[in-house]
Amino acid sequence: MNKDILICGVGGQGTVLASKLIASAAMSENNIVHSAETIGMAQRGGSVTSHVRIGQNAFSPLIPDHCADLILSFEPAEAVRNLKFLKKDGAVIVNSQPIKPITETLDNTGYDGSNMIEYLKQNCKTCIVVDGKYFSDNLGSSKFFNIAILGVACGANKLGLDKDSLIKQIETKVKEKFVEVNKKAFELGIKIGEQNAA
Amino acid sequence: MKKDYVMGNSAIALGALSAGVKVVCGYPGTPSTEIIETIFRVPHDNVHLEWSVNEKVAMEVATSAAYSGARSLVTMKQVGLNVASDPLMSLAYVGVKGGMVIVVADDPGPISSQTEQDTRAFANFCRIPVFDPASPEQAFQMVQDAFLYSEKYHTPVILRPTTRVCHAYASIEFNENYCVKPYEGFVKDSSKWVIFPKLSFANHAMIEKRNVTIGNDFSSYKFNCVTNAKASSKKAVIATGDSYAYAKEALLENQEITLIQVGTPHPLPENFLLKALEGIDDVLCIEELSPYIENEVLRLCGKHHLKLNVYGKNTSHVALSGENSVQSVKRSINKFLGIDKTDDIAFENIPNLPIRPPVLCAGCPHRAAFYAVKVAMKNKKSYFCGDIGCYTLGNAKPLDMVDTCLCMGGGVTMSQGFNFVDKEATSFAFIGDSTFFASGLTGVVNAVYNEANVIICILDNSTTAMTGHQPHPGTGFNLMGNFVDKVDISKVLEGIGVNTIVTVNPLDFKASVDAVKDCASIKGVKVIIFKAPCISIVKPHKPVKFTQKCNSCRVCIKKLGCPAIIMNEGKVAIDTSLCVGCNLCAQICPRKSIEESKCE
Repeated sequence: MNKDILICGVGGQGTVLASKLIASAAMSENNIVHSAETIGMAQRGGSVTSHVRIGQNAFSPLIPDHCADLILSFEPAEAVRNLKFLKKDGAVIVNSQPIKPITETLDNTGYDGSNMIEYLKQNCKTCIVVDGKYFSDNLGSSKFFNIAILGVACGANKLGLDKDSLIKQIETKVKEKFVEVNKKAFELGIKIGEQNAA
Repeated sequence: MKKDYVMGNSAIALGALSAGVKVVCGYPGTPSTEIIETIFRVPHDNVHLEWSVNEKVAMEVATSAAYSGARSLVTMKQVGLNVASDPLMSLAYVGVKGGMVIVVADDPGPISSQTEQDTRAFANFCRIPVFDPASPEQAFQMVQDAFLYSEKYHTPVILRPTTRVCHAYASIEFNENYCVKPYEGFVKDSSKWVIFPKLSFANHAMIEKRNVTIGNDFSSYKFNCVTNAKASSKKAVIATGDSYAYAKEALLENQEITLIQVGTPHPLPENFLLKALEGIDDVLCIEELSPYIENEVLRLCGKHHLKLNVYGKNTSHVALSGENSVQSVKRSINKFLGIDKTDDIAFENIPNLPIRPPVLCAGCPHRAAFYAVKVAMKNKKSYFCGDIGCYTLGNAKPLDMVDTCLCMGGGVTMSQGFNFVDKEATSFAFIGDSTFFASGLTGVVNAVYNEANVIICILDNSTTAMTGHQPHPGTGFNLMGNFVDKVDISKVLEGIGVNTIVTVNPLDFKASVDAVKDCASIKGVKVIIFKAPCISIVKPHKPVKFTQKCNSCRVCIKKLGCPAIIMNEGKVAIDTSLCVGCNLCAQICPRKSIEESKCE
């Protein structure tokens, strides 16, 4: 399988765990995987990306422009920021809940992500908008969105990975006391994904 | 054998353990930090592992291991090598017995560094070999090979990964049953281990001759290799480091160009390159940072009268600064081939994106310290000298409390310089606890000795926060897994002879402002230790609450810039997922409309 998946969001949203789970699930299905993370200053409230590259012709750890099959975005503006990576017919799965940077709060520009979601809907062939609030209401915290969005991607058949191999990775890679709630997040995501499957 | 999906830095760590390393030292710095963190996490029986107080110290500790025949690994980021350059330059002359590999992580971009310096050029300056991996897989191999070459030629060797190698992930297969390689121990011989002009003179000549031999040896090294070689090919690309990975991917569409990797930039594998470039008319050098290989190839052309056109950074085919990528390499190759192709633009009219500069975390005690100084010094001429660490972020609006930032420890001494050129103003230095131990101490001694009038603010959050919370001498824990006596900053300062030392909790706003005002009224060297733990190493308190009294005047937002205070439907609100209940906003609210978080 050849697949390039970009995961993006804001520092602290749990993008790294999501990328690790995809990578290890892909490897458990006998694929060659490379990935890369943003680490360092950018973590502190800045934009973060994880690049997951599945396949034997991926030599660069970063996805080249116009090559990502899928963008999983934890925040509306971050999806737009990373659109240059998306393939012409690639898919975007995006959280509609914005994270307001302090620069916006200071200038009171009223950024709420809605114009980003509108742009994505109009300009991407496949754009699945997910309401992060639905998951935090059901799971008690926004912390499990990273696993929920994996469920959405899986349910919408965008990951190219078997549901069970992802669940297996959740069981082994996530801290034991959080396994159950994360599995629940994943299942909730799958349902949303299935509703949005083309 | 065990197979693991690991970060490039972990691959380097596992490679060093597989090579039987005995002593591992370093100082945290992105993108190198995870090498030592990995060794700490995995089994490492009989290995001495330490976060040294700085890179110079790390190099010196490892040197004794190398003199004793044991294998040693030293890790740092590129600017760390500047700090460690004093011992390294001399060590290059003296040489080693046990293999010594110095991992220096370069940071093209730069993504989280002060400089875009090129460690390959530094290795050339020191006259020691350097390995330049293109991927985590190569880094794993190369660190082991580097130990062999180090021992074969009795020289320290540098492994120079870049950020994209350090922080990339790949599958690594390694033998879990590694153990420390046996070593002889130190054999006294002052003619060998004591550097004197006579020794340096003799060894300098030896080193220059030896480097020719190493260059020849490197000519058959596996990571100096040619792919896509065709007899008909008249054009070639030479790539080094991660640029080789980008070029390999970029050239998947074009198999007519010869691709050459140089995995050991110094000493240059001349014979390998001469052979690889036979029949080639035009060569494009793709690399990051300096045009190192490009200039070496030009040198080769002069030396051997090669009829070869050399393209790269010197000819504007490759960018002079910043990172390369698959698409930038494609652009470089297209220009090289004379193909006029503009980049595809898939998305147009993209809406304005919110800017997300890195900021101090919600509840960060540094914010409180900066704000206290700001309030205390309002309308008074002051200089605020920053330093390297999370608190560099105090420069951001609305705090705007960092006037300068130069290098590790530089703020302490720069504040003295400002005091000497402007007696009217109050000069401040801001430095973190880890940075204080790394290179702030000597600056304080200088201030006392040279009678500076300065206020040194030590922002003591009990960890090395910026690089991911490493322990340091003030934390009472070391990497051998031991709880040790904490080095008490206050006592250290007392010993140096600082007369005014105040310790205050920065989250107590009034006490902090008073402490600053008091210090500003006294002559001499004053130190304020703002002591409160990093929010990432303690359990958060409950969030504060905005009560009915709040009229959304936005004073808290405009003064503090805390990411947990947001605007929600036109009203000031608290983001309860971010607020840790530091209570700073509650203390500065003019209407007292924020209910403080009660300690649980």
